Amino acid sequence: MDELLEILEKDARTSVEDIAKMLRKKTEDVKKAIKKYEKEGVILKYKTVINKELAKDGEHEVRALIEVNILPQKDLGFDKIAERLYLFPEVTSCYLVSGTYDLLLIVEGKDMHTVARFVAEKLSPLENVRGTVTHFLLKKYKEDGVILKHREENKRIAISY
Amino acid sequence: MQISKRVEKMQPSGIRAFFDLVLGMKDIISLGVGEPDFVTPWPIREAGIYSLEQGFTSYTSNKGLYKLRLSIAHYLKHNFSLDYSPEDEILITVGVSEGFDLAIRAIVNPGDKILIPSPGYVSYGPITELAGGVPVYINTKSDGFKLTQKTLEKHIDKKTKSLIFNYPNNPTGVSYTKRELEKIRDVLVKHNLICISDEIYGDLTYDFNHVPFATLAGAKNNTLCLDGFSKSYAMTGWRVGYAYGPKDIIAAMTKVHQYTIMCVSITAQMAACEALHAGRKFVDEMKREYKRRRELICDGLNSLGLECIKPDGAFYVFASIKKTGLSSMGFATRLLKEQKVAVVPGTAFGKEFDGYIRISYASGYENIKEALSRIGNLLKCLKNQKRKSITGFI
Repeated sequence: MDELLEILEKDARTSVEDIAKMLRKKTEDVKKAIKKYEKEGVILKYKTVINKELAKDGEHEVRALIEVNILPQKDLGFDKIAERLYLFPEVTSCYLVSGTYDLLLIVEGKDMHTVARFVAEKLSPLENVRGTVTHFLLKKYKEDGVILKHREENKRIAISY
Repeated sequence: MQISKRVEKMQPSGIRAFFDLVLGMKDIISLGVGEPDFVTPWPIREAGIYSLEQGFTSYTSNKGLYKLRLSIAHYLKHNFSLDYSPEDEILITVGVSEGFDLAIRAIVNPGDKILIPSPGYVSYGPITELAGGVPVYINTKSDGFKLTQKTLEKHIDKKTKSLIFNYPNNPTGVSYTKRELEKIRDVLVKHNLICISDEIYGDLTYDFNHVPFATLAGAKNNTLCLDGFSKSYAMTGWRVGYAYGPKDIIAAMTKVHQYTIMCVSITAQMAACEALHAGRKFVDEMKREYKRRRELICDGLNSLGLECIKPDGAFYVFASIKKTGLSSMGFATRLLKEQKVAVVPGTAFGKEFDGYIRISYASGYENIKEALSRIGNLLKCLKNQKRKSITGFI
């Protein structure tokens, strides 16, 4: 992977000027490269990783992993039904997986009831959905490479040869 | 109490007081640390934990775990086409520090001269003296902190035994290309001197490939290499390194090692095995990170008008602060007290290096940027003072 992407993946807020310095490139060229990546869809979005448990607004979202068994459609396979599912705003991730079920959905809702209703009213009634298994998430430890803990303190001594 | 004359003669480090001052302060940004800011990669830590769970708590062979020596032999063969036997040409040491002490004790007779390019790591001189050797410092300042064939040749006489050669260098970050190394080799081979090659920062070479001294044609028999896991694998606290070289030197070192250390901690050795087995991708990742920080800090220092030679490796910049008119200690102390940034005064690496500071960029981007801006504040402050004192004088 291009080092420019590696830097942005770690910290999307790294300034173009700093990136240019780090990679010994012209600021203009870095800007152009980023624009190109954005245009090509290599860079899709810049997001902030939030530890929602600490975002003291009283609203705790509920998440569930849902295993979905699908009856594939002729000529279309899983894609059409996957699209039907991932377009629901409650579905935050959608993967086709190997193994005992076909689609893995990650669904978010403001409470258990909302998620349950999504499964009962939107997901299960679909003709091609043969069955679902819902796992509610109890605790998040690590997400997308980020460990959800307070910053670790520095353990090095402050000066040494 | 009567203390040994030899130890009594050892100079206590002149900047101990400064270190104490730093250690006594809170909330500082430290660019004064000689170790990575990364924690040892988890698979390596996990291997250490697992070995404890499995009950590996005993001594190992004096030379070190055979498995680790074998892995090192494979590593040297695979990466550098070097042939070293795990049986009798590789020794596991408590970091390069012990390796260096052993090497000196193994080869030095009283009065033997040991060449030490300076600035260099702080232990070379004192350990040499402790073994009865005579350190001969070669100041490399006028050659851009690089040892040249000419200056090396100039310092050799009949008593000269060995050269301590550290590249990439702490504190300058200077390293050598193959062609440059060959010139050094020519001199050493001609005079039949031993090269004690401290290559602990070898993995952290940024613009060209590190060339181990032993790979140079005709150099192997004259080279004792010291290396380890501390810097490249972020394993400083584990204290595990190794030496590879001619059988007779390794055997002599092993003799001393078996009586003083017995063996390196088995936990650290087991973790080091895992480092060689699965740690490469972490080393590469950390190296890329250091390289980016190097660019950031060199650019920052240049725009502040502080001269520095761009380091080839390690994670240090040796910057000149001469234009401020302050001594190294004066500058470092004011930077610490007024701006809360710690760096190491150049004089830590020899009296001749007043006017320099060692800045370590083993620190996060935000720290580096903030520290640079604070160094800028101090420079501004010094300029204003100068202006005032000049007007006052008129």
